[in-house]
Amino acid sequence: MQLTVWTYEGPPHVGAMRVATAMKDVHFVLHAPQGDTYADLLFTMIERRDHRPPVTYTTFQARDLGTDTALLLQDAIRDAYDRFQPQALLVGASCTAELIQDDPGGVAKALGLPVPVIPLELPSYQRKEGWGAAETFYALVRALADPAATPAPREGRRPRVNLLGATALGFRHRDDVVEVTRLLGLMGVDVAVTAPLGASSADLARLGEADANIVLYPETGDTAARWLEKTFRTPTIRTVPIGHGATVEFVHEVATVLGVDPAPALAAGSRLPWYSASVDSTYLTGKRVFVFGDATHAVAMARVAADEIGFEVVGLGAYNREGAREVRAAAAKYNVEPLITDDYLAVEAAIAAASPELVLGSQMERHIAKRLRIPCAVISAPVHVQDFPARYSPVMGFEGANVLFDTLVHPLTMGLEEHLLAMFRDDFEFHDGAAASHLGASTLPPAGGVEGGDRRGKASSPTPPPPAPPASGRGVAVAANDPAWTTEAEKELGKIPFFVRGKARRNTEKFAAERGLAAIDLDTLYEAKSHYAR
Amino acid sequence: MTAMLPVLRERGQREVFCGLTGIVWLHRKIQDAFFLVVGSRTCAHLLQSAAGVMIFAEPRFATAIIEERDLAGLADANAELDSVVDRLLARRPEIKLLFLVGSCPSEVIKLDLSRAAARLDARHPATRVLNYSGSGIETTFTQGEDACLAALVPQMGATDAASLLVVGALPDVVEDQFRRTFAELGIPTVFALPPRRAADLPPVGPNTRFLLAQPFLGDTAAALADRGAVHLPALFPFGVEGTTAWLRAAAAAFELDEAHFARVVAPGRERAARAIARHRDRLAGKRIFFFPDSQLEVPLARFLAAELGMVPVEVGTPYLHRAHLAHELAALPAGTQISEGQDVDRQLDRVKAARPDLAVCGLGLANPLERLGIATKWSIELVFTPVHGFDQAGDLAELFARPLARRDRLTVSPCS
Ligand code: SF4
Ligand code: SF4
Repeated sequence: MQLTVWTYEGPPHVGAMRVATAMKDVHFVLHAPQGDTYADLLFTMIERRDHRPPVTYTTFQARDLGTDTALLLQDAIRDAYDRFQPQALLVGASCTAELIQDDPGGVAKALGLPVPVIPLELPSYQRKEGWGAAETFYALVRALADPAATPAPREGRRPRVNLLGATALGFRHRDDVVEVTRLLGLMGVDVAVTAPLGASSADLARLGEADANIVLYPETGDTAARWLEKTFRTPTIRTVPIGHGATVEFVHEVATVLGVDPAPALAAGSRLPWYSASVDSTYLTGKRVFVFGDATHAVAMARVAADEIGFEVVGLGAYNREGAREVRAAAAKYNVEPLITDDYLAVEAAIAAASPELVLGSQMERHIAKRLRIPCAVISAPVHVQDFPARYSPVMGFEGANVLFDTLVHPLTMGLEEHLLAMFRDDFEFHDGAAASHLGASTLPPAGGVEGGDRRGKASSPTPPPPAPPASGRGVAVAANDPAWTTEAEKELGKIPFFVRGKARRNTEKFAAERGLAAIDLDTLYEAKSHYAR
Repeated sequence: MTAMLPVLRERGQREVFCGLTGIVWLHRKIQDAFFLVVGSRTCAHLLQSAAGVMIFAEPRFATAIIEERDLAGLADANAELDSVVDRLLARRPEIKLLFLVGSCPSEVIKLDLSRAAARLDARHPATRVLNYSGSGIETTFTQGEDACLAALVPQMGATDAASLLVVGALPDVVEDQFRRTFAELGIPTVFALPPRRAADLPPVGPNTRFLLAQPFLGDTAAALADRGAVHLPALFPFGVEGTTAWLRAAAAAFELDEAHFARVVAPGRERAARAIARHRDRLAGKRIFFFPDSQLEVPLARFLAAELGMVPVEVGTPYLHRAHLAHELAALPAGTQISEGQDVDRQLDRVKAARPDLAVCGLGLANPLERLGIATKWSIELVFTPVHGFDQAGDLAELFARPLARRDRLTVSPCS
C-alpha cells in the first residue's frame, strides 16, 4: 500500500478516456461503480468541453455483485451502441471491475456488434493515467490501421506525416498541433492524420499512408509509433519541438527524413534569441530554477531555461517513471540529482531544500511554490482550468518558443524594474515588499491564515482557487543548528540589493557553518563575501 | 400524500459521486480527525478532483492505495495497512480520531476494515480508530456523511439527561446561529453531531431528542433511535418556513410556549423573508429540473416552489427516504414529478425535451447543458456552502438566481 496525499496521475482508465474523448466517433464502455463518473468533470470543467466524454459507465452496485454484473455490462454495451452509434467501441474495466473479472472484452464480442470492439487491459493496481492513454491509443491503432495501407508514390505530391500523441486534457495539445502543422506547412509538408486528438476511426485506418510519423508526446504516442514503425516501416521523427533550439533540430530532422528544404521554416524563427540577448534580460542570468513535470516537458523546459534564457537549473525531475532515463541524462548535464517520484511531499521537500528563485512545474508545483512564496510558471500536466487559455498559446514550435520566453520570465521581476526597485528600496514612499508593476498583488506575501482558518466555503470546484494560505511553516526544512545573525549583520544584509540578497545569505550561512561559527556578525558577512568572490 | 406524487423509478447509468466525497467537508468539520481511504488510485483521484483545489500541503485525508502485491495476500494487506497507519500517526500526532474509509476495491476484496479499526484502535491508545464505507457500490455522494456519523453513534456515551441533538455536519457559523436560537428559546442542553473535536462527542440516551439538519441521514437516525433517542420529524431548515418548522419541532418537544417561540423566531423570519424577496422577481415562474445528486433535491424544490414561486419540472433524487421526507413531499406542489435512481441518458432526453430555465446537476453535466442553452447550478455547491437557517436563506436563493442573473448580463452567447 502506498500512502498518497495528492496524485500526479489518475488511474489508467482516465488515460483511456483522454484518448476516447479526443477522438470523434469512438465510444468507451467502462465497467465501473458510480463514483468513477467523477472523471467526466475533468473534461467538462477543466477543459471546458461542451459535450460529455463519450463514456458509458455501468455503475454497478453492491447488490449486483455476484449476480448479474456481467449482464449489466452486456446491457450497457448494447444500449451505448444503439444510442451513440460509434464506429469503434472500447471496452474496459476500472479498478473495482478488474477485481470482479467480468471480461468486458468477451462480453462485448459475444454481442456481435457491427463495429470493431477493442478490449482494453488496464491494470489499475500497477499502472497509471499516462500508460493507460498510450496503451489505449496503441490498441486502437493496432485494431483500426489498415495493414494494406502504404504511402502513394512521392512524385508529384507533397510529403505527408502523422502527428501522434495529442489527447484530451493534455497540456497545450490543442495549440501545439496547430503550431506544428503550420511549421510543417512552411516546409511543404502536409499533415495526413493527427491522432488521437480530432481523429476518426477512418483516419486511424489510413495511418500507413504517411511518409513519416511525428511523436509529439512520447508519454501517450510512442507505443503506437513503435508499432507503426515495425508494421509499416514508417520512419519516426522523435525530436520534441519545445524551445527555439529543439524546434530548429526538429525542422532539420523533418528535412532530412523527408528530403525537404528546412530554410523556409527556419526563416520564420522565434523572437526568443533576441529577447534573451537584449539587455533587459541580463538580469535573468543564473536565476535558480527548479523544473518538475512529465519527463518530456521537464527535460525540454530545463533546456530552454538553461540554454536559451540563461537560468541555472538547480533541480530537475519527473513524476512518470517511464521517462526516467531521459530525466537522468538531462540531470547529469546540469549536475543535479534527478528526482523521479510521484510523491507530492517529496517534491515539496526537494523544492524547499533547493530554494530556487523560480519553479517550473505542474499545477501541483504551483501550489507548492505558492506556499513557499516562490514565483512559478506552469509547464506541464496535470492540468488546471487555467492551462486552457482562451488565446492561442502553444509551447511547441517557434511561436511556442515565444510563449515560453514570456511564460518563464513574467513571474520574475524584470530587468530595469528590478534595478529601480533595488535603488529605491530605502525610499520612504517605497517598501521592500513591493512587487514589479506587471505582477499582480497576488505575488505579495498573503496576509496570514493557516489551515484551521478555512471556512467550509467555496473551496468546491476546479475553478481558479483562492490565494492559498501558507502552510504554518511545515515542510520548509530549517536545520536545527543554523548560525544566528547578529542584528547588525542582519541590517547590513538588508542593504544588499534584494535580488542578490538570498544568495548572499546562503553563502554567508554556509561559510559560517563550515567554520562552526555560532553567530554571524559584520565580519563574517564580509569575509564570506571575499571568500566567494575568489 | 406520497401516493399523490408520481415517482419515476430509474435504474441505469448513474452520474453521481460516491460517498468518499463527504470527506471533503467532514474533515473541515471535525478538526482533529483524519480520513484514510483504503482504496485505489481512482479513489485518490476522485477526492482530489472533488476537492478541486489543494489549499493544504498535508490535508487531513489521504488514500492508502492498494497495489498488486496487496491483492496477492490479504494478511499482507492488513500488515501493510498497519504500517501505513503507524507512519501516519507518527507524523501527525495531533490526530485524535482516525477513520478508515472503505472503498469499492477494499469491499470487493473483503478487506475487513472494522477488524482493522479495532486492531489499530488498541494499538494506538491516543487515537480513536473507527471505520465506515464511502464506497460507490454502497453509498451515493452525501450518504458518505451518513455512514460516517452512523459510525460515531456507538461511541457516544450514555446519558439519561434531557438534551437536543442537532445531527448533520453544518458549517460552524450556521451551527452557532442555531445554538443561539435554541438558547434564546430556552433549551438548555444542545449538542451537535458531528462535534468539532473528537473529545466533544455528545452523550445520547432515551431523553435525547434529535433534529436532522440534512435529509440524507437515514442510517444515523436509525442508529440514534437504537440508543433510545427520539427523532423530531419536521421540514428541513431551508428558507423561512423550513427553518421555522424545524425550530418549532424542537420547541414543541421541549414544551415551550408558542407565543414565546413566535417572539424568538420573528426577527429571523423577517430577515430571511426580506433577503429572499430580493430574488423572487428573477425566480418566480421559472422552471427548474433537478438531477439526482445530494438528496437535498426534495427539500430545495419545496423551498423554491413555496417561497420563490419556482416550478419544479422534475425532482430527481438518488434515494427517496419516504419517512424523513414525509413533510417535504406533502409540501411540494401537487403533481410534481419525482424521480428516484437514475438513467442519465434518458434523463438527459427528458431535460432536453422539457427545456427548463435552470437545471441542478453535477459538475460533469453542467457545461454540456449550458451548451444546449440550459442554465445550470452545480449541486455540489449546495453541500459546500452555508445554506441552512434564516440567515442563509437569502444566500440559498441567490445560488439559484445567479446563473439566471448572469445570463441577463451577457450580450454574447455561444448558442447564437
Ligand atoms: S466509486 Fe469506488 S472505486 Fe470509485 S472512487 Fe468511489 S470508492 Fe473509489
Ligand atoms: S514591469 Fe515595467 S520595467 Fe518591468 S518589464 Fe514591464 S514595463 Fe519594463
